[in-house]
Amino acid sequence: MTDRNPLKIAIASGKGGTGKTFIAVNLAALIGETSNILLVDLDVEEPNDALFIEGTEGQVYNQYSLVPKWDENKCIICDICSKSCKYHAVARLGDIIAIFGKLCHACHACSELCPQDALPMTKHKIGEIRKIVSGKITLVEGRLNPGEEQAVPLINKTHDLVRCNTENVPMQIFDCPPGTSCPVVAAVKRCDYLVLVTEPTPFGLNDLKLAIKTARQLKIPAGIVINRDGLGNQDVEEWCRNEKLDILVKIPYDREIARLSSGGELAYDKLDFLKPLFANLFVAIKNKALSI
Amino acid sequence: MKEIVILSGKGGTGKTSVAASIAILAGNSAVIADCDVDAANMHLLLKPDFKQGSDFYSGEMSVINNEICTACGLCKEKCRFDAISSTDKVFSIDLFSCEGCGYCEIICPARAITLVPRKTGKLYISGTRAGSQMVHATMEPGAENSGKLVSVVKQKAKQMAEENGLQWVIVDGSPGLGCPVVASMAGASMVLLVTEPSVSALHDLKRVNEVIKNFHLKTACVINKFDINLSITNEIREFLEKEKISHLTDIPFNNAVAKAMADERTMAETSPEMTFIANSIWSSIKTSLIES
Repeated sequence: MTDRNPLKIAIASGKGGTGKTFIAVNLAALIGETSNILLVDLDVEEPNDALFIEGTEGQVYNQYSLVPKWDENKCIICDICSKSCKYHAVARLGDIIAIFGKLCHACHACSELCPQDALPMTKHKIGEIRKIVSGKITLVEGRLNPGEEQAVPLINKTHDLVRCNTENVPMQIFDCPPGTSCPVVAAVKRCDYLVLVTEPTPFGLNDLKLAIKTARQLKIPAGIVINRDGLGNQDVEEWCRNEKLDILVKIPYDREIARLSSGGELAYDKLDFLKPLFANLFVAIKNKALSI
Repeated sequence: MKEIVILSGKGGTGKTSVAASIAILAGNSAVIADCDVDAANMHLLLKPDFKQGSDFYSGEMSVINNEICTACGLCKEKCRFDAISSTDKVFSIDLFSCEGCGYCEIICPARAITLVPRKTGKLYISGTRAGSQMVHATMEPGAENSGKLVSVVKQKAKQMAEENGLQWVIVDGSPGLGCPVVASMAGASMVLLVTEPSVSALHDLKRVNEVIKNFHLKTACVINKFDINLSITNEIREFLEKEKISHLTDIPFNNAVAKAMADERTMAETSPEMTFIANSIWSSIKTSLIES
């Protein structure tokens, strides 16, 4: 959180399906009408932004994690490796060293502590990062291979790739995974400001409270978007007021938004009431994020 | 004893809503497990009494004793998670980045680093308003190993079902396809997918199905809000047929359900029509599992 240029905005929520992707793609598209914008899909388990942003597919970068590979000719079965592994990814079975790659966190301890160099770290493909360009919008998407269980390494690699390619953009929007555990933290911790998308239901409120708890521990300032306003009750708004949280915008509960989004269409430019709301959201984010 | 796991890929498609409806219908013949430990919501609908709670520790984290530390910097150099930083030769560990691999503890020449157990959440065993027992959890924000907590919740639920000679374990899973999802489906009798007709939900359904196929599990699906976009509903039906996933039923979009959820009631308790649909889902599941 040292360099603030470009401004890094994370779109997240505790609960899934509250409209993170809807907010991220429509906001990016609105900004992209007039200036360059970078949209980054960090929901690597289920990335959906590309379904809404039609463009030319640019480079695809294969992504790898490193896992140890046992070299039985060099190994002297000293067992230092399995004793050093906290994840049970390296185990000694008689005079065999077994590697369970899915449990490995790539800490390198076994590999570097091995006195025989019998556990070199080798590449294992976990997914890819794609780049899609559509007018002034550049979309960078992390996509985990189904069957891979650890999202965090790919999220970090996507962040790294974006950081190395700081293009000429004033703002970067990061569409984050749902939940409150390690993938969300990896996604939001490098951002300057957090936009939490919720819905006015007991579920939305319950999970918003969890998300705010996480944001406060990470010390990232956050504002709230209430999506599907009118669906439930006033409890979310009341809670936000009591907690002195900024409500950046309220998007009404509307079947037409649901219909457009379900077909993979952007909605902000097709419904008259929606474009000003996204414009307000953009201004609100800029004002809040820059006043920190 | 049979175990049904409810999954979706995409968040917010109605997993919890369907799972809680089934739980209401199963009454005291089932043990309920809320395995969406990241953003648990089942308690809002089933009103568990939080009768027994216990702290849950999983994994470890490093702590530096700065009085012994010689500021050699080896730990920082070796840490693959960028969890160690220093200012004015005072080293500190970022607990959100530390993955508890313990490499720093092993290599610290001054023995200034120790690993301590990490509290990741709280585990509860409750009675619900449906007359069933329920195992659920809350997680510390940003905690590692939510997959481990999922496994513990599930194991506990299965053990309780076995001890009490109960026929069913109903597991509400998390969105995505990473480690909590894999942990929730390990050893299940059946996966029930809840999807909705949107390009995002279908995309995510296909990806999570790739993971389910690795486990060779019996799989069924319900399409929620099927009438929002009939052409995508047809695409989903074709996909289900091609993948030999049994298509149990379609649930219509219904404002009454949205209102009922806001009042913390399940779909099964909304209207005669919705009760009928919930009953048909539950009886199809029972039939298909009892036959096998």
